[in-house]
Amino acid sequence: MFSRAYKAAVTLPPLLWVTVFLLLPYLLMFCYSFWSVSESQTIVHSWNFSNYAQLLRVDVYWQTLLRSMSIAARVTIFSLVLGYPLAYFLSFYAGRKKDLLYQLVIIPLWVSYLVRAYAWKTILGSEGVLNTLLQYVHLTKHPLEFLLYSPFAVVLTLTHIYTPFAFLPIYAALEHIPRNLVEASHDLGATPGQTFWKVIFPLSIPGVVAGATFAFVLSLGDFLAPLLLGGPSGIMISNIVVSLFGAAYNWPLGAAISFCMLLLVVSLLFFSERLEKKWSFS
Amino acid sequence: MTSTAAAAGRAPLLRIQNVAKSFGKNVVLRDISLDVAEGEFLTILGESGSGKTTLLRIIAGFETASAGEIWMGEERLDRQPPYRRRVNTVFQHYALFPHLTVEQNVAYGLRVAKRPEAEIASRVAEALEKVKMSAHAKSKPSKISGGQQQRIALARALVNRPRLLLLDEPLSALDANLRRQMQVELKSLQREVGISFIFVTHDQEEAMVMSDRIALLRSGELEQVATPRETYGRPATAYAAQFIGHTNLLKGEVRAGAVRCGLLTWPADLPDGPALFSLRPENIHLMAASAAKSGSVRARGKVRHQAFHGATELIRVECGDGMVLVVRTPGSSGMLDEVELEFSPADAVLVRESPERI
Repeated sequence: MFSRAYKAAVTLPPLLWVTVFLLLPYLLMFCYSFWSVSESQTIVHSWNFSNYAQLLRVDVYWQTLLRSMSIAARVTIFSLVLGYPLAYFLSFYAGRKKDLLYQLVIIPLWVSYLVRAYAWKTILGSEGVLNTLLQYVHLTKHPLEFLLYSPFAVVLTLTHIYTPFAFLPIYAALEHIPRNLVEASHDLGATPGQTFWKVIFPLSIPGVVAGATFAFVLSLGDFLAPLLLGGPSGIMISNIVVSLFGAAYNWPLGAAISFCMLLLVVSLLFFSERLEKKWSFS
Repeated sequence: MTSTAAAAGRAPLLRIQNVAKSFGKNVVLRDISLDVAEGEFLTILGESGSGKTTLLRIIAGFETASAGEIWMGEERLDRQPPYRRRVNTVFQHYALFPHLTVEQNVAYGLRVAKRPEAEIASRVAEALEKVKMSAHAKSKPSKISGGQQQRIALARALVNRPRLLLLDEPLSALDANLRRQMQVELKSLQREVGISFIFVTHDQEEAMVMSDRIALLRSGELEQVATPRETYGRPATAYAAQFIGHTNLLKGEVRAGAVRCGLLTWPADLPDGPALFSLRPENIHLMAASAAKSGSVRARGKVRHQAFHGATELIRVECGDGMVLVVRTPGSSGMLDEVELEFSPADAVLVRESPERI
């Protein structure tokens, strides 16, 4: 048994941390979302739903939110399509090279996000590596404009950045599958293809759900990639929030949008946790 | 010799010919040749590290032999991937699919073979019936006990009507009572379905109780392949004699038709030279308990240790000249001190030395 003093000493710091840096700010944000800004640019503490109404009424807000979700969904799908085969290969066929390859997948995570985003800028730009190459081999006459400052660039960059996040939980789930289940499946006459779809894939679903959640949630809230590579057509909801809190000085509206995103993400996490539980059998 | 499948009057179903296996420099199996008859219960018995599981995995197709061939009838089995072999395995830790119900687990083999659903349903029901698990058809494997999982693993394999069933220490995870019960059940099930079983175990008692024949494996080589009775009564090697049951190993010297072993001597029709004999404790009798038979070998000694085993007792008798004999006597002998022993020379079985192997 631990003494009460010890228990208090252990639980108090994280409790304080969560209260001061999470609960209070969220509460404050929640309050802000019901306030408004006066003509003279001061925040009026009058309670109403006008910010939420504005969010629904003004096209640019909900359209950008929808676009952000669509970009996040595409990033999720591409990350899974890239991350799953990679994880599967590493877990089942890499043999002794497993650890080395695993490190190679992880290493990009040690490189600053900003550097990786900038790298794509130099690759995709009109004077960039890709366009120069395409023109050099005479595949194109002019630089391809859609490469940079477009949703395409944002999806590409975010996919590159978040694929390791999708890969990791999938790899962990695959590593968890007892290999004698695979042998049992072959033993019972299942071909490698049947074994994959009937045994390996179902047992890796918790990893896929976790990976998809990481990729979706992280890219939904991203604002650097659209800022650097998105251009006008590629801006995402976080860019709007940033400008509302900054140049536009409309904290209440920014707070309302933030709160909607928070709700979206929390319900998503709740849903994915239920899904993961349903598919885990240990 | 009664130890070959052909002599038992049954055609060999599986022929293992000169199979060897190494992992890198580590030699696990050397030149294994073994036949399994149709409907036979063959046990591969060996200590851990003897290569018994590797041999089983080679038959199942999870490992490839470094040399040798395996034939099932006219078909070269070792060239087929595991999913094309008409062989099924009961795994040591059952390997039931955790995401499928008991019923779905049993149906797995039939489903991947794309049998009609009606046939699957009836065969699965029948298989569950056979292992007395119908009541748990809808349960997930994690919700049933180890013994029950064992039965499901068995049903899942048998439902495919394989020609050969491989069992990799299937009872080792069960507690002693359940284990004995399952031994009986497994054996009667095997008789009922008439499928050949290759059963791997490290437990010599289990091997004796269940098998038609025992293949004793030691450090990757076969020591002896014979019926349990023959293996016990006529062990081929010192290792076989010691691994299966208790024995006294007597190092003797043959000269002019007589064996000399310490103070003991008995006639034997053997060439001159050193010889090693196995003498089972129960074949040595206390003189007081039975009238001396003519031609028996007699010894006198002091009882050093007495261990009560219920129906019988094992006593260690020092017979002079450093020789200690272990004797099995009826459990009702009481405390013993000086005893006179006798055994029949026919019960001292000549065995080969088992050389040390790495």
